Amino acid sequence: MNKLPMTEADLQAWVDGVLPEMRAGEVEEYLAAHPAEAERLCAYQAHKQALKALFEPVLDEPVPERLRALAIPPVAVDPQKRRFLERWSLQRIAAGLLVAVVSGAAGWLGHAQYQAAERQAQVMPLPRQAAVAHVVFSPDVRRPVEVSAAQEDQLVAWLSKRLGTPVRPPKLGAIGYELIGGRLLPGNSGPVAQFMYHDASGQRLTLYVTTENTTNRDTGFRFAQEGPVNVFYWIDGKFGYALSAGIGKSELARVATAVYDQLEHK
Amino acid sequence: MDNAALLAEIPRLRRYARAMLGNRAAADDLVQDTLERAWARCALWRAGSDLRAWLFSIMHNLRVDQLRRPNMPIHSFDQDDFEVPTRATQNDRLEVQDLESALRRLPDEQREVLLLVALEELSYAEVADTLGIPVGTVMSRLARGRERLRLLLEDQTSGVNLRVVR
Repeated sequence: MNKLPMTEADLQAWVDGVLPEMRAGEVEEYLAAHPAEAERLCAYQAHKQALKALFEPVLDEPVPERLRALAIPPVAVDPQKRRFLERWSLQRIAAGLLVAVVSGAAGWLGHAQYQAAERQAQVMPLPRQAAVAHVVFSPDVRRPVEVSAAQEDQLVAWLSKRLGTPVRPPKLGAIGYELIGGRLLPGNSGPVAQFMYHDASGQRLTLYVTTENTTNRDTGFRFAQEGPVNVFYWIDGKFGYALSAGIGKSELARVATAVYDQLEHK
Repeated sequence: MDNAALLAEIPRLRRYARAMLGNRAAADDLVQDTLERAWARCALWRAGSDLRAWLFSIMHNLRVDQLRRPNMPIHSFDQDDFEVPTRATQNDRLEVQDLESALRRLPDEQREVLLLVALEELSYAEVADTLGIPVGTVMSRLARGRERLRLLLEDQTSGVNLRVVR
């Protein structure tokens, strides 16, 4: 049988031991006749083994806590809660009774006090609200926004009307982020707006705009980390802005600075 | 995505990132970015497909992004110039350093193919998938990377300290 000519790909595959047996035999015949080639391929094999040995210890290092924490979903999906829900169907009568008893007792114990506490618990800080909104909508492939950037005029008019004040998405094309569109969301006490952007690699970031701020007059930049989402936020009069993305702090700071500059000079 | 499965992949991601970047802190940062992006895109992950391959391709794409961004401090990853000389007392340690510094001097595209084959033992087709390049390109990068590494190591053992221009 005629042998196929020896290619470099054959030789590489021989080094990695992935050739079919017959072809491997042919390579070995070839190497027997070409000692310099044999030496070269043996060096490759030795280096491959050495690389493995060199980095093998990394596998046994303890995983740093910050990485370990990221093996868990960023927001919500509490496994404890999920397990509870799975069991729930079996125990729904007991659970129903418990809910009835607890709520009855709570109502009886003093509804005024209870309501006040509950209302306070519902007010989420700005960076957390923004991060949750980011995590909920940015992975959405089909419907990340309600109104797309193609209808930017409509988007601006609609959100401005609903928020009761002019809002406009900043233009971030110069720093590599294009507007995808925006949506209206419920905030702590009324509507808020979310604008979504993406870069060439598909990395998404969201700008969350509220007009709910009544007390705090702070206008400084602040940084928060909510799970894997980094958030830069600041307050400007009645406006609260929060920029969220799963990108590094320095990159996000760069975008936040650009957003801030545009909003200041509008 | 399954938490336990994801957790189980972290050591391999760290090993590959360490080998790629040569710097522990930078490597763990890259792994962190990879996990964050994986969560941000978990809607794109098809259940039942190969989680490891998916994570490696995310890591690869992140790295491409980082290299493309001019203001990222990618030069600090190159440890050659900053390595504090240590007194080698053992031959094998010396060899390890030689191998590592030779690896550092490979072009990125060759180093990643070499490491995916050597460390992860991916098939050529899987490497091609992960990096989004044709198998033929994988083969030529592998061949060139291996040969370059061999020549670098030969140079070192013969005491010639040539700086390889990328």
